[in-house]
Amino acid sequence: MRIDCPLCGARDRREFHYLGAAVYLDRPGPAAGPEAWDAYLHQRENPAGRGRELWCHEAGCGAWLAVERDMTSHAVVSVRLAEAGA
Amino acid sequence: MRYSAWQVIRQGLTGNRGWAPVWRDPAPRPAYDVVIVGGGGHGLATAYYLAKNHGITNVAVLEKGYLGGGNVGRNTTIVRANYLLPGNSEFYSHSLKLWEGLEEELNFNVMHSQRGVINIFHSDAQRDAAARRGNAMLAQGDDAILLDRDGVRAMLPYLDFDQARFPIHGGLYHPRGGTARHDAVAWGFARGADRLGVDLIQNCEVTGISVEGGQVRGVETTRGAIRAGKVGLAAAGRSSQVAAMAGLRLPIESHVLQAFVTEGLKPVVDHVVTFGMGHFYISQSDKGGLVFGGDLDFYASYAARGNLPMAEHVMEAGVALMPMLARARVLRSWGGIMDMTPDGSPIIDRTPVGGLFLNAGWCYGGFKAVPGSGWSFAHLIATGAPHGPAARYRLDRFARGDLIDEEGRGSQHNLH
Repeated sequence: MRIDCPLCGARDRREFHYLGAAVYLDRPGPAAGPEAWDAYLHQRENPAGRGRELWCHEAGCGAWLAVERDMTSHAVVSVRLAEAGA
Repeated sequence: MRYSAWQVIRQGLTGNRGWAPVWRDPAPRPAYDVVIVGGGGHGLATAYYLAKNHGITNVAVLEKGYLGGGNVGRNTTIVRANYLLPGNSEFYSHSLKLWEGLEEELNFNVMHSQRGVINIFHSDAQRDAAARRGNAMLAQGDDAILLDRDGVRAMLPYLDFDQARFPIHGGLYHPRGGTARHDAVAWGFARGADRLGVDLIQNCEVTGISVEGGQVRGVETTRGAIRAGKVGLAAAGRSSQVAAMAGLRLPIESHVLQAFVTEGLKPVVDHVVTFGMGHFYISQSDKGGLVFGGDLDFYASYAARGNLPMAEHVMEAGVALMPMLARARVLRSWGGIMDMTPDGSPIIDRTPVGGLFLNAGWCYGGFKAVPGSGWSFAHLIATGAPHGPAARYRLDRFARGDLIDEEGRGSQHNLH
């Protein structure tokens, strides 16, 4: 599996660290209720198809990436910088 | 037919013409008291114990493929009860006790072999953790022996004791742990359930769950609609998709876990050996193949195959622990799809939908749990109340912050 980093180009999966679903980009505010935190930390859509997730190019530029990927084929559909919004 | 040595001799002398199919292949009826979704180890065990323990025999097990074709046939067959935390400790202890009587119970040879599990440690701090875990196991009533370096060397002389990175300081020995023949466990429970009147329906994929007024009414399948008073979901690996049919979102992310087997070799590894620091564990099948595996590939996946970096890592770790492994030839590898929960522990609970029960989130612990899970899930479905040893496996424990985080790694699905 190769991921096309917008800053470094296509690199081997070994250079990247996987965090989880892109729901991690929508961190609730401190005043959000327990339901919002439960959804953020635990509940997942877990699609058997395309989904968006957060990867870090830790052995490269260090950027956090929002990667759209197919969970059944491992095909990478699109890669954007997470700071640009997922 | 009751299996026995006498039957083997009798059938052998009469040309083996008397063996009959082990279970029926019924068409689905329009309605059942209980429908179990998923004909793997957990679903079949649940159906068996529903009939055996609770007298509920108007039951169907619906399987989209063939019986035992999912994760119950895609694991590394290890059976153990060496857990630390309340919740897991009593559950896996109960399950191991059921394993110890399983062959008599089912009249089926599941090749349960209590050859012992040894967890290797490499530092004083890890020795303390192993002693603590061993004491928790003893307090639960199970068995644990703390081995020093010489104790490990006497049992596992083939390990590299002086490797620079992870020198071996000792091990935690769990004598009652071991392995079993995974297919036979599914077949044994299937045969037992069938004999008690349960309909095992294969090639029958559930495509919808009917809910009216907050109460489950039945399921839609590729072989027609089936009404049911109660529905139990036991489809680990695809739990999120099945539960979504009833409008539920689960605290689960699916990951692929790889395993490997070498060509058949003469007996060499007599126990189950785990090398936690290298993410590697190994045992030898009765056929002679060295069966070993490592950690998740670490990214979400529904592909029943993994990627090469983890295969490479597992081989490296294996050779670091057991240099002789470099001479073995790997025959094949495979991947299983794990329901990973945020704390690494499973779910056996009611759901917000009346009459709909959930058995999911087994992470990598599902195989050894098969009898205990079936027993506890059947109790929950039959009585509506959680069964003692599984009472902490609640669906809402994440929202309540009452996690059972065996490895202490926090709420991230792929870290358990």
